[in-house]
Amino acid sequence: MDLFDFEPGREGYYGEYGGCFLPEILTTTIEELKAAFQDIKHDPSFWQEFEQLMQSYSGRPTPVSHLANLSAKLGGAQIYVKREDLNHTGSHKINNVMGQGLLCKRLGKKRVIAETGAGQHGFATATMAARFGFDCKIYMGAVDVARQRPNVFWMENLGAEVVAVQDGQQTLKDAINECLRDWVTNMHDTHYVLGTAAGPHPFPEMVSYFQSIIGREARGQIQKVAGKLPDRVFACVGGGSNAMGLFQGFLDDQQVELVGCEAGGLGPGEGNHASRLAYKDASVGVAQGFKTYFLQNKDGNMLHTKSVAAGLDYIGVNPALVHLWERERVRFEAVTDAEVTEALKLCMKTEGLIPALESSHAFARAIEEAPKMSKDEVILINQSGRGDKDIFTVADALDDDHWKEFIKVKAEHYGAE
Amino acid sequence: MALNEYIASRKQNKDLLLMTHVVCGYPSFDANLKELEIMAEAGVDFVELQFPFSEPSADGPLFVKANQIAVESGVTVEQCFEFMAKVSQRFDFKVLMMGYYNTVFKMGHEAFVDALKAAGGCGFIVPDLPLEEAGALHDYAKSQDIAPIVLMTPTNTDARLQTIAKAADGFVYVVARRGVTGGKTEMDAEVGEFLDKCRDISPVPTGVGFGVSAKEDLDFLAKHADMGIIGTAALKAWEEGEEKALRDFFGSLGLL
Repeated sequence: MDLFDFEPGREGYYGEYGGCFLPEILTTTIEELKAAFQDIKHDPSFWQEFEQLMQSYSGRPTPVSHLANLSAKLGGAQIYVKREDLNHTGSHKINNVMGQGLLCKRLGKKRVIAETGAGQHGFATATMAARFGFDCKIYMGAVDVARQRPNVFWMENLGAEVVAVQDGQQTLKDAINECLRDWVTNMHDTHYVLGTAAGPHPFPEMVSYFQSIIGREARGQIQKVAGKLPDRVFACVGGGSNAMGLFQGFLDDQQVELVGCEAGGLGPGEGNHASRLAYKDASVGVAQGFKTYFLQNKDGNMLHTKSVAAGLDYIGVNPALVHLWERERVRFEAVTDAEVTEALKLCMKTEGLIPALESSHAFARAIEEAPKMSKDEVILINQSGRGDKDIFTVADALDDDHWKEFIKVKAEHYGAE
Repeated sequence: MALNEYIASRKQNKDLLLMTHVVCGYPSFDANLKELEIMAEAGVDFVELQFPFSEPSADGPLFVKANQIAVESGVTVEQCFEFMAKVSQRFDFKVLMMGYYNTVFKMGHEAFVDALKAAGGCGFIVPDLPLEEAGALHDYAKSQDIAPIVLMTPTNTDARLQTIAKAADGFVYVVARRGVTGGKTEMDAEVGEFLDKCRDISPVPTGVGFGVSAKEDLDFLAKHADMGIIGTAALKAWEEGEEKALRDFFGSLGLL
């Protein structure tokens, strides 16, 4: 299945979803970007250059590891994980960012902007900008700046300017709006490094393309270590980039079931979660440059979203995933905040792994389903990011008393200075 | 009266028409009416009523805040149409809907155009709907004598400007510079050249917006376009001192 072999006149569409809905002033910029992306996509030396860069800079290929303890404890399917957390900067975000960095060089642009929610994408972008010598501005909702200071610290120290966005809900979607405003002003020298496989065409295709490195590696690796293709593949879905990255490796293997795990937050009900497909609170709309399922009211104004994982806390979802969901190629499930923290604790205790809260959604669903599967079945989970880097949020989620005590002492210490 | 006839008749008495803008329900519908009374007195020819949207990504800070507060205070699309009906009955100027495509999409193209027509609107400006996606909506609107207003921008290639011209109806909204609404535009020779090119290519009159805020701007535009479009500057005046400041602002434009 080639999702990106668009029908004439339907460029950027996945079934009914996707497209490019941007102000007229960006038309020329988008045309340039589409052309530059098509060039690299059809240039075999580009992928080679990209792979070499990811090897030398980010430690790829990341391994696929067998979780023997967890599998035995659950008594069902054999569980394997793709270790995207072992990338430089601690998540799969770097794959897309380095790809777009190479593209930006070819476009001859000297400045990059990016939105960030949890800070992972902003952190990765700041790293890339430092390495390639681009000026870098990161837009981040003021609420996210307040809860993700460690990532802001790194972005600033890497040389990026971080702008706390005060509009709207002051989270990821508002940071995207602010990037679009910067871009309509500075498109002549600026490339917008969109961080997820959402937004206007060609971003969903382009981000999916760079992230496909995950699935390309994983398909061969799992056959080697497990002796067969996986029966089920689990990935968390915010915008959808890590899921698209891994799923693309198995799209043509009909026997492999693909499961997208969304942020169930407090559970179903408007404003309680960020689940666009597994719960029934979302509907089709057009915003932030593309058509997809959005969490919105009947007038088309966006609802508040809620999740313990800032990286999944988004109103919309990758349009190709919606298309695959409608065709029943991808199953969608929601995982609540409570289930996520339990899964994280179990992973730490049994395997010594610390998945990010985002990735823990995929773990939680796999942990739920594994016992009902047979021992010769195989599960593959995408560990899209590491949790130890986000110690403030994870400590909050786990409500850790020792950590709180430490912060109090530290705060007193700073206060006394 | 068709839009081109209306524009032609209004142009008999002045060099440059004027379009202004209010964000529906911000700061309140009552305040909107007071703004519109002053605008009517100043002799404006068109008013854009912006339907507030939660993600106003083409707007600058002042309109972003206005959209956000209007949405939070519970302004609905239905209320905006009710307000439009009231406004189009009460005033002589023509009224257009301005907003984002999701508002239109959620209603459905035909329901939106029908509601707009019923409320006395003459057209709509939806900046995040590119021509490539606009066919069905524009066709239905034209069949109902509702003008879909298209935009020309300084980053467009000449070929693209020609394509936009083919889709034009009513008037063309020319964006004077890159960027979002609000902020200053230097009305220099380069801008003048671009405006002349748009006027040349466009089969319908041209209106120019983005950064139009002073009498000098209007004097400049009178030489290069058919209409000036004032958005942020009027809301800024209202924010600074409500009716008095808004009157003073139109006074400074030589209109009151």
